[in-house]
Amino acid sequence: MSLLRRRGLWLALLLVMVGCSAPGWMGAYYLGVFTTAYYFSVFAMSWDLLFGFAGEVNFGPTFMIGVGAYAAGLMNNAGYSIPLCLIGGAAAAVVGGMALAMPALRLRGPYFGLVTLVAVLLLLDCIVIFASVTGGEIGMMVPDVLSVSAEVNYWYAFGFLLVSAVILYGLSRSSLGLILQATGQDRIGAAALGFNVTKHKLAAFCVSALFSGLAGGMLTFYGGIASVDTVVSLSITVQIVIAVVFGGRRTILGGILGSIFLILFDELLRPIGQLNTFVVSGIALAVILFFPDGALGWLLRPRDDA
Amino acid sequence: MRGLQILIDGFAISSLYGLGAVGFTLMFGVCGVLNLAHGGIMLIAALFGWWVAADYGAGPYGGAVVGILAGLLASYVTYVVVVRPIQRSRAIPRSEEEIFLLTGTLLWGIMIQVGMDYLFSNNPVTMQPLMPGVIDLFGVRTPTNELLIAAVCWVAIGLLWLLVNHTRIGKQLLAASINPRGLTLLGFELSSIYLVVWTIYGLLAGLAGVLLASFFGVSSDNAGNLTASAFTIVILGGLGSVPGSLLAAYVVGYAETLTAYLIAPTLRPIPALLILVLVLYVRPRGLLGRR
Repeated sequence: MSLLRRRGLWLALLLVMVGCSAPGWMGAYYLGVFTTAYYFSVFAMSWDLLFGFAGEVNFGPTFMIGVGAYAAGLMNNAGYSIPLCLIGGAAAAVVGGMALAMPALRLRGPYFGLVTLVAVLLLLDCIVIFASVTGGEIGMMVPDVLSVSAEVNYWYAFGFLLVSAVILYGLSRSSLGLILQATGQDRIGAAALGFNVTKHKLAAFCVSALFSGLAGGMLTFYGGIASVDTVVSLSITVQIVIAVVFGGRRTILGGILGSIFLILFDELLRPIGQLNTFVVSGIALAVILFFPDGALGWLLRPRDDA
Repeated sequence: MRGLQILIDGFAISSLYGLGAVGFTLMFGVCGVLNLAHGGIMLIAALFGWWVAADYGAGPYGGAVVGILAGLLASYVTYVVVVRPIQRSRAIPRSEEEIFLLTGTLLWGIMIQVGMDYLFSNNPVTMQPLMPGVIDLFGVRTPTNELLIAAVCWVAIGLLWLLVNHTRIGKQLLAASINPRGLTLLGFELSSIYLVVWTIYGLLAGLAGVLLASFFGVSSDNAGNLTASAFTIVILGGLGSVPGSLLAAYVVGYAETLTAYLIAPTLRPIPALLILVLVLYVRPRGLLGRR
């Protein structure tokens, strides 16, 4: 156990140092790529809290991300400043997430998955129907942006990622994480031990929604636009799934590795055009089949048998 | 007049939905697999059928046969490459198998969609009608093709019913859905039963794909939506219940047709989704679900 913890700690420290030094040696273009990857990492980590720990297949992360992003964008268009908009967006995401979770958590497994999927489809329809307010399929421009400098944007994203990672990782190691894990594996057993399963899942949903919505809002103010393709589309959900599975489910931090892998690969494979999604999904599928614990799970596994 | 048209169109669409969903629900009922690559398999059947029918002059019937075979092959590949390795993997705990099957087939479906996009582009294609012409049905001009499609759907569903209820292999399938361990104890090889299910599933999905291409036309962008519709219908009807799925197919089909005709075509998918959410909140196991 101490070996495991130490190895993980060193790895994390190394990554933080590489991340801090990046603006020194990385070009503006790749700083932009990593900025996106960092926001994406927060999506992935919040999703992992539900998927890996609570064992709920939530096909609706983009519902919370989208609600956060669009609420922040709408507030900004109404003249509020960026910090207020971010808070408003996060609050909207939590309210939206609760509205979804309260009834949906009565359902189990595939039923839960489908209801979260339907929430995303309905949100997509709403955005298209109220196109005069939301910009429809084209997207909604926001008047303010975080910064025009790639370096400053990078620091915003990096700082946000670090804070979220520490909080989410801490939560996953706390009693909340343990209880969630127990409910994910044996719901009745956990309930019999006296834990209020629904309350804990609801708490996990809230935290997940909070960070998803905040990240969605930040991404909106980074790109200057909230659009279906960047924050709501189902392909975002698929990418989140790939990132978490590749990085290692139930590790929280694996989501960061997975997201960076995903976005970097997307860049590197650009020459082969539309086939890159094929290759990335194929790699993720192979990871599921051969290394179900993902990259981080494989790196950090206890090597008693080796 | 308009009411009659809604009745006829809704019937054809609903029958097609029913055919698309029964394979999906059978797969879950017997094998416990929710195949999120379902839309992808229908897409493969539709696009290969269209390709052979149009580019090789095989005609609509030749295209349909090739399409169904392509669907069958895709179903086998899904089983052998994705589902069976997950089911047999020692590294995946039993309790998490369901999650892995969902994510695995989801990724596989994306691969199919992108692969088809690469091969055939994402332009919508429509297969030539199996039977051209129009029939005057109680004063409503209806394409013959539409009626033929509805008929084929019902013949296929009827054959499935006969197979499940009146043959030896069908009884084994029923038994496998109720108590797989009991069946193994009686000396039946569970893996060969699964193979039969994947065969039936492939044929049904292939047929549904081909008919879809002939009725609406398909594009590689549809794969996700096709899976979502089948998923919706199957959950609404109750997982694993074939009659439930058929009932749900008609609810969804008519809800969509009514919206498209009476309110606005753009709002088409919304009422079905709202019905689904409502039903699940009131009755989480779906209309005719057992569990």
